[in-house]
Parts: sequence; structure tokens; C-alpha cells
Amino acid sequence: MSDLLKKSAAELVELLAAGEISSVALTQACLDRIAEVDGTIHAFLHINAEGAIAEAAASDARRLRGELLSPLDGVPIAVKDVLTTIGQPTTCGSKILEGWIPPYDATVVRKLREGGLPILGKTNMDEFAMGSSTEHSAYGPTANPWDITRIPGGSGGGSAAAVAAFEAPLALGTDTGGSIRQPGAVTGTVGVKPTYGAISRYGLVAMANSLDQVGPVTRTVLDSALLQDLVGGHDPLDSTSLPEALPSLADAARLGAAGDLSGLKVGVIKELGGEGWQPGVITRFDESLELLKAAGAEVVEVSCPSFVHALAAYYLVMPCEASSNLAKFDAMRYGLRVTPSGDPSAEDVMRASRDAGFGDEVKRRIILGTYALSSGYYDAYYASAQKVRTLIQRDFDAAFAQVDVLVSPTAPTTAWKLGEKLDDPLAMYKGDLATIPANLAGVPGISLPAGLADEDGLPVGFQILAPARADDRLYRVGAALEALLEKQWGAPLLSQAPALEGASK
Amino acid sequence: MSTTAVALVPFDTALASYDPALGLEVHVELNSNTKMFCGCPTEFGAEPNTQVCPVCLGLPGAMPVVNAKAIESAIRIGLALNCEIAEWCRFARKNYFYPDMPKNFQTSQYDEPIAFEGFMDVDIQNAAGETETFRVEIERAHMEEDTGKSLHVGGATGRIHGADYSLVDYNRAGIPLIEIVTKPIRGAGEKAPEIAKAYVAQLRELIVALGVSDARMDQGSIRADVNLSLAPKGSDVLGTRSETKNVNSLRSVERAVRYEVERHAAILNDGGKVLQETRHWHEDTGVTTSGREKSDADDYRYFPEPDLVPVAPSRAWVDELRLTLPENPTVRKARLQAEYGFTDLEMRDVWAAGALPLIEATVAAGATPQSARKWWVAELLRRANDAGVELAAVGVTPVQVAAVQKLVEAKTINDKLARQVFDGLIAGEGTPEEIIAARGLAVVSDDGALTAAVDAAIEAQPAVADKIRGGNHAAAGALIGGVMKAMGGQADAARVREIIMEKLT
Repeated sequence: MSDLLKKSAAELVELLAAGEISSVALTQACLDRIAEVDGTIHAFLHINAEGAIAEAAASDARRLRGELLSPLDGVPIAVKDVLTTIGQPTTCGSKILEGWIPPYDATVVRKLREGGLPILGKTNMDEFAMGSSTEHSAYGPTANPWDITRIPGGSGGGSAAAVAAFEAPLALGTDTGGSIRQPGAVTGTVGVKPTYGAISRYGLVAMANSLDQVGPVTRTVLDSALLQDLVGGHDPLDSTSLPEALPSLADAARLGAAGDLSGLKVGVIKELGGEGWQPGVITRFDESLELLKAAGAEVVEVSCPSFVHALAAYYLVMPCEASSNLAKFDAMRYGLRVTPSGDPSAEDVMRASRDAGFGDEVKRRIILGTYALSSGYYDAYYASAQKVRTLIQRDFDAAFAQVDVLVSPTAPTTAWKLGEKLDDPLAMYKGDLATIPANLAGVPGISLPAGLADEDGLPVGFQILAPARADDRLYRVGAALEALLEKQWGAPLLSQAPALEGASK
Repeated sequence: MSTTAVALVPFDTALASYDPALGLEVHVELNSNTKMFCGCPTEFGAEPNTQVCPVCLGLPGAMPVVNAKAIESAIRIGLALNCEIAEWCRFARKNYFYPDMPKNFQTSQYDEPIAFEGFMDVDIQNAAGETETFRVEIERAHMEEDTGKSLHVGGATGRIHGADYSLVDYNRAGIPLIEIVTKPIRGAGEKAPEIAKAYVAQLRELIVALGVSDARMDQGSIRADVNLSLAPKGSDVLGTRSETKNVNSLRSVERAVRYEVERHAAILNDGGKVLQETRHWHEDTGVTTSGREKSDADDYRYFPEPDLVPVAPSRAWVDELRLTLPENPTVRKARLQAEYGFTDLEMRDVWAAGALPLIEATVAAGATPQSARKWWVAELLRRANDAGVELAAVGVTPVQVAAVQKLVEAKTINDKLARQVFDGLIAGEGTPEEIIAARGLAVVSDDGALTAAVDAAIEAQPAVADKIRGGNHAAAGALIGGVMKAMGGQADAARVREIIMEKLT
């Protein structure tokens, strides 16, 4: 593997600027790495080799003319397959959208193009982002680069694995209940769910519109900040996007990297941790807390009593919105069409196409959502769940009145074995226990590597949450903790990942 | 279901035993330049599927953004209907399958309409020819998007039954609609059909005056659904209602109500039960037929549209819009009738011809109201009807009509020649003066020429001349006619009469 690939995006930017590498060479190195290991990892559903090289060559030409489009011009990136891309398939990990090539770019994809980032391809995911393990992809699971018999998290396991396996320095994911942060945690990468509305959702094929958020997956906190700075901001095509711009997140990360946290009040969420959580996860989490204290932070315990209802509320709101979103897949205009033999009616065609085109998890959630919204049940389910959201919002408000940031382990366990929880949806859903409250309340969260659990040697994630629109606070505190941890380790955590054996595709 | 013809009960007999309750739902297609949730144009009659984008096609990932102009129109309609305007309201998803609806849910308003609790005073004529006012209460006016349109190919009727295949045109999908729903209208008795028609007619006039819609029933820009139920006379309870969809002319509104009264009464007299169902109106045969059975609780699985932020019109804006309301058409009609001195009959003709604004403009250009009325309703309306166009599109402007009238008053031309001037104007031959010159239309009032022509006429009709000499002055008409004929209609008739009288009496 080229040493180039181990560099962070920020380091690559410097090498590009110094003329020590070209974007074409860098992009080719990524493509070579993909060719080498993706047969094993299966992070990608579509590889845009020719396109990416052409985009890299255009970037190199711009650099020669001194006309860079953005700070990340020339740095390649992988994009979760739930974001629409002109000229590249967008399947959302589903059969029903197999082969669909959208006629328009998601706003974030447009911003990547306008920023000069070569797009390496589209990454694997749980079908329509439904799952916590990337095993619900219609195209087969993604493997965790730390242990290829284990899950890479979900639904954005493809993006996280691509970054962890050094196939791409940067990736975009989406986080509805933790689909960026939980994969980040179990693959030793940095994943951020920004404030709801901080990044446009236009072109994100919605699972649950009121919860979905696009965000970065990277190897360092600074890289995530650079990426969010690039793709964030108001979008007239998304009426829920924040009207006002956030302060520079890269500046916040650079400030945080100095490591001084004096005066910072950190709240540990009592309800997220303790009994039932993997001991190795708790140990690494506690050690990180000690580091924060040593850097001057005051650590207190805070209670968010409504969080115990978060999972239940989430599994009502999410399927309700999803059931409505997925109704458009009727096999008439695009995507898969299955025509039963005989003289089938339009309904027969739709039924057969949906039966073949949707996987079990998606069907499960469509049925749940349809039921929960149906007449007579709305108040008992959807309306109650929305009330819980309000309570969770209040818990956050009360907590943030006492502390600057809230922290918890990102996920209760490290990566489980592929197949282990496939037959137990509830056990699978619990993987998002700690991440879901942020989506319900719209507040931002970051997960960064906190080390390896003693019992299995697998990555543990540390989650930081901040009030809405205080994304800069996440990056400052995250970068500080990252610097303190790397000082201990002597290198980024990913350098401890096992070398992947080459496998031809 | 009763698709076969039933033996109807005569209307008057039905009304002797039952009280009708009416409910009207009128859909108004707004004339905004762009669609409800995207920037696509809304021009009527464009090539199929040329006015579409990812948003109105409901492609995966696309997101709606509310058209501010449509909200403004909705508020103005609400204010004109004496409604309350919501301080805060939301859009909701109405989830149902409809072949023309790209998302398989319609973005509409449910429990939070933009306007509610209003009324309209409807004027009808009683048997004595006096105006009676009936108050129709408005329950709500809400915003929603239109669906696309299906075209069924291969069948004899153009209906889906018997067609080989169907095509969908999405140009109409997403065009803004306002749906205006009345409360049950009770106490109308035998006037129910008339009140229904008058309500829709007056609503249409209001919409035209507001300038928010083309208000063309024939093009579907206003469509009425007619709900009707019968209850035993004196009963407080509402009977079971039928909903007759998409009635598309004023006459049909009246006929549909009448027909449904007769049909319901027949079923009830038979001891049967009226089915709660939607029905289709057949313009040609004047009957309704069964559509689909409809329960009270259609399960639309409404929930707030998560992709749209709430609509919260400021009170200042609402007050500003209140100031833009035009004079109420009913009030305006009464005022102009009094000002112009038109009889009721004249006014009815003027109104039916849509000539009032044209007459107003002609009067403003200097004509008398009676002359303006005469030209528009007695002369130009015939040409408009012959050409199959609206009066306003006949090809003559109010300013031209006033100019022609001035030429008549100056005796440059007479009424007969004026008609030829209008021919020239419609044919685009130039100004009235140019047409008179080019066609040689000026009235001859030169005594020399007229005297010669009178002499010739007397010589040609000696018997008539004798009658006049004998004191029968009315007989002069025949001589005048002879002179006119001889002079191609260009003689000054008044002067001709004088010369005849000078010679013969």
C-alpha cells in the first residue's frame, strides 16, 4: 500500500500544494487500493475510475493555473450510494433501484464537483439506509477492515470501511439514527452528524426526512471539519436547511488541536453507559474522560431521563416517514419491474416488483410505518413518538444549560460478527441506542476513535454532542481529545489496523 | 352499486318529503407562473412532460420548496371569503395511490389549513324576480398540489376501459391548487340546485376579480365536487351523502344537484340505503354513475410533511394583502348597474357575456354606457360567438369601440357603416379612420347627391310617394330604404327623411 494513502486529507492538501504529488497520482493510488482490497471489503457498489481520473487531471490543470476551487480541490472522496449522482448509479443498496442513474446531483455532490474533489464511487449501505450493520444491502455485506468476519456498522458501513481500509481519504455518509457515528465507532474512523439542516438534504434519497442528515466520514477530526465546511450551508432547494452559515469548523478543529480545554464543562450522560454495555467500551470511554479532565475540562454526570424512550420513539417516527417515502417505488417509471406471467394487472406488476425489489428489513419497516400511521393508531404511535421527541429535546436543553458538551460511548459494543444479529432485529436496533437521541432532537454529534477494547482488540468510539448550531464546539473538543489520544498512541489509531491481504476483484 | 338507471322521483315530489344538505368542494388551479413546490412553468397545453423536474416528478431525493406566490394567493382567497388566516400552519402528506401522482402521496393540508371559518353571501332571484341572499358558510380553504393527467390510448371512448395502454403527462403535477370547502349547506330546500350553481358562479367571479386563476371551468382550472344528502323533512340528522366529482360547468352543477336529489329520493322511498360513494357526472346524458365506495374514514395516513418548514404568515403581511382585495364582484355589479342605468335584463346579458369590464373600459374611453353596451353585447358578442372566442378576444379594444362610437355621434358614419368598421378592425385593416377611407364608408350628407337619389326613389315608387302625400309619414321608411340601397348604405338617413318630407308634404 502506498504510504500516501495513510495520510489525512489535510496532509494530502499540503503535499498537493507543495507539488509533491498530483491529484491524478493520488486518485490512482486510491483506485489501485480499491482494486487490491475491495474484493475483500466490498465498500463500493460502483467505482467511477475513469471519471475520477478525469476529475483529478482537471484539478491538476487548475492547480497549475493557480485556480483552485476549494481547499480540498484534488482530494478524492467516496460517496454513500443514497446520494444522487449524475452519470453514476444510485441504488441506495436496493434491488428496486438497481441501475437507476439519476438525472440530477444531490446538492452535496454538486458542491463536491464545484470544489474539485474527484468522486471515486458510491459506497455500500444497508438497503435504503435501514440497518446497523450493512448486511441488509441487496448487494451483499461490507466487511470491517479490522476483522473481515465482522460488521463495519451501518447503514453507512461502506463509507466507513472505505476510509478505514485506506481506499479513500474522505467519504460522505448519512446519519438518521447513527449511520455515520456508529460505523465510525466500529471502524476506528471519525464520523459527524451535523446539526439538522446544516448540510442540504436535497438529493439524499430519504429514509426518514425529519431525522436524516448528511455528514463526513474521515480519518481525522480536522478532515471532517474541512469537508463539512465545503458541503454545508443554506440550500434554497431544501427548505429545512439552516438559513444562517456556521462559523468555520476547520478553524475550530485547529484551535482544539492545541489541546487546552480549561473552562470546558463536559456532561456524561448517565443513561448512556454502565450495565449492559461492553466493559472494554466503558474502560476506553473512562480513560478518554480522564484525558479531558487532565486538559482542564470539568466533568460532571447529567441525567437525560427521556433517553430511555428514544429507541422506541425512533422506531415509530422513522418507519412512518419511510413507509411514505418508499410508496413511490411502484415499478412504473424507473427501477426494477417484475412482470408476472399471464395477463397481470398494474397492481400485480407492482406487487411482484415490490416483493422482489424490497428486502426483509425494508418490508418490515414499511409495514410498521403503515400500521402506525393508519387511522385510529396515529395518536397512539406517531403522535406519542413526536411527544417523546419534545421531551428528549427538553432533556438536551436542560443538560446544555449545565454543560457545554455531552459525552457517551458511541455504541454499546464493538463490531459484532457478520450474521450474528441478523435474525434479531431488536438486538440490531440497540446498536444505535446512544446515537438516536441526537437525531430526534436535531443536535450535532461526533464519534472519534477512543482506542481498542481489551477483550477483542476492536475500535471503540467516543461520542460528543453539542447544542444545535454549535457544531464548532464538537470539532474543537473532538480535535483536542484526538490530539491527546494520538499523543498516547504515538500515531493515529488506524495505523494499528491489520494489513489487509490483497484480493483480486 | 347502482350503475343502472333508477326510476327517479320528480324533484318537487322529492322536496316535499326530504330536506337536502349540500356540500361543495371547489378546486381552483392558481395561475402562478411556477408550480407549488418547484420552479417548473405551469403553462396550459404544453407538450406532454416538458414542464417537469425531479421535484414534480417525485424522483428519489428531490425535495419540495413552497411557492410564496401560491401562499399569497391562498391568503387573498381566504380573506375574500371572510376567513380567518392561520398564524401557523403546515403541509401534510396525504398518502394514497393514484396513477397520475408521482410520489404516491399528495402534499396537501390536513388539520391545519391556511384559511378557515369564512362565508360567502350568495344572491339568487326568487319567483318575483327579487334578489334573495343566502349565506354559505366556508369551512376551510387549503393549499395542495395537482396531480398529473392520464391519457388512455386505443379505446373507443378515451376512457381507461378498453384502452390498450395509458400514458401519463406530468405537466400538471404540482400545479398549485386551492380547495375551498363549504360547511353543510342546509335550509336551501328546493332552491338547492340554484344555490349550488349561484355559489360556484359567484365564487368563480370572486376568483376572477382576485386575478389568482384563469377560472376556466372548461379547462379544469375550476372544478367542483358536489356532495348531497337527503334527510326526512324536519330531521336534524344528515343523511348519507354522495360525492359527485369534477363537475365542470355551472349548468352541470345545478343539474347534478337536481339529479342526485331525485336519485336519493327514489332510493329512500324504496326503503333502500344511499351508498356513501363517489359518483361521476355525465354531461351528455345528465346522470351520475357510481365511482368508488367511500368510507367515512378514508385512510390517508396523514402526517406533517417533514421536508417543509411550517408556513407562518406575519399579521402585517396578511393586513397588507387585505388591502389588495378588489371590490367584491357582487357589490361592484350592483354599483355599476346603478351608475350605468342598465335594466336587470340588460345587466344579466352584460354579465353573462363577460362584457362588464369591457364596457367599463369603453366608458372610460369616452363612450356612453348605453352605446358601449350596445356595441359589445348586441354586436361584438355575435362575432365572438361565431368565432368561438371569448368576447375580450374578439379583436376589438374598448378604446376602438369608443372611437367608433364618436364617429357615429359625429355622423361621419352611421350604425350600419360602423359594423363594417368593426369588420375592418377585426381584420386588422388599421384605425377606424383608415378603414373608413380605405373602404369608402363615410356617410354622404351632401344635399345635391341626396336630392338626386330621393328624386330617383320617388320616381321608382310612386305609390309610396302618394301615401306620404296622403299623410302616411311612416311610409317614408320605404323611400329611405330605397335611397340607402342606391347609395350603398352611406346616406345620412336623417337628412334623407328631411328631404323626402320637404318634397312630399
